[in-house]
Amino acid sequence: MSGEIVELADGEDVVRARHVGRSMARCLGFGAVDQTRLATAISEIARNAVEYGGGGTCEVTDATENGRPCVRVVVTDQGPGIADVEQAMRDGFTTGSGLGAGLSGARRLVQRFEIDSAPGGTRVLLEMKKGR
Amino acid sequence: MVVVPILKYRHILLTTIQVELTDTAALAFQETLLQRVADTDARGVVIDITALDVVDSYLARILNETARMVGLLGAQAVLCGMQPAVAITLTEMGRGLIGVRTALNFEQGLDALLCEDAP
Repeated sequence: MSGEIVELADGEDVVRARHVGRSMARCLGFGAVDQTRLATAISEIARNAVEYGGGGTCEVTDATENGRPCVRVVVTDQGPGIADVEQAMRDGFTTGSGLGAGLSGARRLVQRFEIDSAPGGTRVLLEMKKGR
Repeated sequence: MVVVPILKYRHILLTTIQVELTDTAALAFQETLLQRVADTDARGVVIDITALDVVDSYLARILNETARMVGLLGAQAVLCGMQPAVAITLTEMGRGLIGVRTALNFEQGLDALLCEDAP
């Protein structure tokens, strides 16, 4: 199992994190559309960590299981947490500068999406698997 | 920071985003482009995004707003060259670049604006 960790401090790191995710997806044989889905989802989540979480880390790993290719991405921050996760997951909800499609949009782009948030930190897990 | 060049042909401004923009660079691009529209006698702006393989919700919003702002100044903006994977992703996310005029490629975007510009 291989992986890479990207420190998330600013916008350049967000771009770096999605490059890492894309190249892992490419290495595992995902097509162009899946690569773009994953890179975009990472962009949304990593931006949140930088903008609201005061920075964090993005870990991209090869989580291939039983020959089924899978890219796992875990983004964590030590920020104040999301007050109301359910509300934040709703379409159009935003406290910041996006379209309000960040979290809810990212969830639609991957096969598995988990979010744990409490005062003191947020952890988001994304998985892109082959074969829908 | 990355500077996106903006060229002028007749009454049309031409710009192509060749590198991935950070949020800050995207905002700077928006400001510069609007200033160029205001400072010239541009009637149209072609924004080419062929090279972008990620357009997330933030950049989508910036592009959307930029096109609207260009409209408020009295010019027309056309977004062109969106990659199929980007169009699929944006649509799946729930909101596309609704309300932005688009063209398949740079040539068609430019042609559309030049036709309107013709007397």
